[in-house]
Amino acid sequence: MDKPFAITLDVRSSLANHTGSWRSERPVYVDGLPPCNHACPAGEQIQGWLYSAEDGSYETAWRRLVADNPFPAVMGRVCYHPCETACNRAQLDSAVGINSVERFLGDEAIRQGWQLPAARPATGKRVLVVGAGPAGLSAAYHLRQRGHAVEVHEAGSKPGGMMRFGIPTFRLPRDVLDSEIDRLLATGITLQLDTRVNDLTQSMQQGSFDAVFLAVGAQLGHRAYIPAGQAAQVLDALSLLSTVSDGERPQLGRAVVVYGGGNTAMDAARTARRLGADDAVVVYRRTQAQMPANQVELDEALDEGVRVRWLRTIVEIGDGVTTLEKMRLDADGVPQPTGELEQITSETVVLALGQDVDRSLLDTVPGLSIADGVVQVDDTMMTGCPGVFAGGDVVPAQRSVTVGIGHGRTAAQHIDSWLGSGSGPPAPLVDLGMPVEFGQLNAWYFSDAPHAVRPRLEVARRVSDFGEVVGGLDVDTAVYEARRCLSCGNCFGCDNCFGVCPDNAVLKVETGHGYAIDLDYCKGCGLCVAECPSGAIVMEPEQT
Amino acid sequence: MSEGVKFYQIGSRAVGNRLLDESLRTGQASPDRQNTLNSGHRACQGCGEALGARYVVDAAFRAAKGKLIAVNGTGCLEVFSTPYPESSWQLPWLHSLFANAASVASGVAAALKATGRDDIRVLAQGGDGATVDIGLAAVSGMFERNDDVLYVCYDNQAYMNTGVQRSGATPPAARTATTEAVGPRPGNLFGAGKDMPRIAMAHEISYVATATVAELHDLEAKVEKAMSLRGARYLHVLVPCPLGWGSAPADTIRLARLAQRSGLFPVYEAENGEVTSTLPIRGQVPVEDYLRPQKRFAHLFGDRPDTEVLSRLQLLADRNIARFGLLPEEVH
Repeated sequence: MDKPFAITLDVRSSLANHTGSWRSERPVYVDGLPPCNHACPAGEQIQGWLYSAEDGSYETAWRRLVADNPFPAVMGRVCYHPCETACNRAQLDSAVGINSVERFLGDEAIRQGWQLPAARPATGKRVLVVGAGPAGLSAAYHLRQRGHAVEVHEAGSKPGGMMRFGIPTFRLPRDVLDSEIDRLLATGITLQLDTRVNDLTQSMQQGSFDAVFLAVGAQLGHRAYIPAGQAAQVLDALSLLSTVSDGERPQLGRAVVVYGGGNTAMDAARTARRLGADDAVVVYRRTQAQMPANQVELDEALDEGVRVRWLRTIVEIGDGVTTLEKMRLDADGVPQPTGELEQITSETVVLALGQDVDRSLLDTVPGLSIADGVVQVDDTMMTGCPGVFAGGDVVPAQRSVTVGIGHGRTAAQHIDSWLGSGSGPPAPLVDLGMPVEFGQLNAWYFSDAPHAVRPRLEVARRVSDFGEVVGGLDVDTAVYEARRCLSCGNCFGCDNCFGVCPDNAVLKVETGHGYAIDLDYCKGCGLCVAECPSGAIVMEPEQT
Repeated sequence: MSEGVKFYQIGSRAVGNRLLDESLRTGQASPDRQNTLNSGHRACQGCGEALGARYVVDAAFRAAKGKLIAVNGTGCLEVFSTPYPESSWQLPWLHSLFANAASVASGVAAALKATGRDDIRVLAQGGDGATVDIGLAAVSGMFERNDDVLYVCYDNQAYMNTGVQRSGATPPAARTATTEAVGPRPGNLFGAGKDMPRIAMAHEISYVATATVAELHDLEAKVEKAMSLRGARYLHVLVPCPLGWGSAPADTIRLARLAQRSGLFPVYEAENGEVTSTLPIRGQVPVEDYLRPQKRFAHLFGDRPDTEVLSRLQLLADRNIARFGLLPEEVH
């Protein structure tokens, strides 16, 4: 008994007092669904690869990207980036320029010569892909990654499909496209050009294929009957774009009328300007609000001097002059003729009224059903013919390169599981669950940072050549743009939870999310949840 | 990677940042921080004072290279950290009486000086009751003698430990156990109370600063600055109290932030009696945004808001903003 007066107990640490027993809710680290990932038609884990780009790990970022989409440099030029439309940062200042970072990564990969991952060990299964467009090549890549032998049969003389024949060089330079296709084929995919498949059953037997992915696209210009004079030059937009992309420079004259309101119409009008037309006029029967063309494409076309006549149809194409009829929208938003006519000068009329699927091959496939001009598929993208899958522009969906690439990826997953190669059930293209909303973030912590705008060619130069219009980001702006990501629903290591706990009950660990809750002391106050900038922690009730 | 980019995803208000060098993160981001106030203390869920005390004492401990003695006045912090025979403190720590933390700290500093141990630093701390009311004479004496002590007041604006009685730091209109929300003028009086940081400034001591638990970089910088000086120094930290304020435990830091953004709690530092810097308001909010989540102000938001009282409170915020220049142009 050598204790001081009135002291009977030894000093103890408060660690003996497990305050965790007070808790009725506990914080749990989660991986939320970022809205960009949710919106991506190609199934990219955008927040994930931005995370890698944020600290300058560009190769890691690119590798995470190409795990889902082997065409970053193409995407960074032609994708209409629904990810940016969904981006929560728009509610803070402006959306993260995801598309420009993607392009930077894609270009960097080409500069550095990064190669796609090697295929997994051979499964012994053989898959035939019909059509070397975005959907076909994407499917071929993902099937090859899973160890299947893949042959791509392409009717044309070059691979790429609409990426090559439908998109002008001023949006997608061909050396970029060739680099990404060559790199993809180098993973061990056999490509047979000038090989039109006329009878699918026969081709399958000849090549002993176990499954087929049909991605023959929609290349037939939609026909509309318009009376035209003998001397009038009337072209189909796709033929025009395809001819020009082959290097030809057809004479369209000084006044060109483009009929239609989609992206192809915009590309055709912009191409006409570059071919020397002083006046390129888009004629569309409805208003801008109903126009299917992407806003970016419309804006770039208008910048280049393209004019648009809204609420007009073409009633007759004469020699050097085209007759238009004014329309008005009725209560249902359907355009109705007014009988009022007007004439505009036109040396060439380009029709861009949509594209149809060539049915000649499809009609030979037993069990395959076609409705509204497109092939019907089930949830697994399989047609009515067992083992025959389809995707891209031949199935009912929005038609874009990105959607096609997404179809290829999804179909490859389903073909893989149909072949029974044991990779387990396919991951859904779009994760289930609700995307993280802006209100779930603690935006206070994100400093304001305006959007880095990509350099563009001066207009005068743009309409005089077929050089690329939109430039790329440099290293500084790319990393800056990546760092604008709010990392919605996903931890990015800011240490807020670790710092703000009044009970020191958040620990740093080497595994998982890098943090763990010390449940012996966590009182369940929820401060870590409230102060998490990215909404990556939630409170869950204790099970008692 | 380029060094030209000075943008690091998360702004300068987060605790850490994986993209920044460790020396630029807060001390609290370090897995090796001292945790001077250890786990197992009995503070309520979401206690602002427990958080503020760890922030401050850890930073002072770091600045003193581990040679730090803390003296505590009576109050929540003392009670919840040291129920006999347990202690949550991982540094030498003393408690004597409610009123005399400053005097005891002066004595400790004098003893260290007498024994030639000027490498050991002294920190005194207490709540607003122990500082603004009960211990004011001792604090003022310590300031006047310029004893080598950093005195830290954790201000939760009432006597929370004994059941939420009004203190000299309770804001006007706030409901406490002794200023109930009844009668024609519910809650605490206007025109009463003491502005302790400005009282400290009036002593013209070398350093006076205010801070909140919502701005950790700012708070740590002020502790470091204070520890770089000798003589009497004073730090006044706003620490929201979920129990006394009637707020959600998870809202502790948010409320501290809103107090600063509304102007009701000006954050500044002063040297030798003159204000030398202020933390500008980024994203000003009306006082209502700060008051509404707190049940101690619930009587202002009954069937219809008490616009007269609210506008008087707004005037107080506006006066702070004007006095300290808290809104210089556009601030991000």
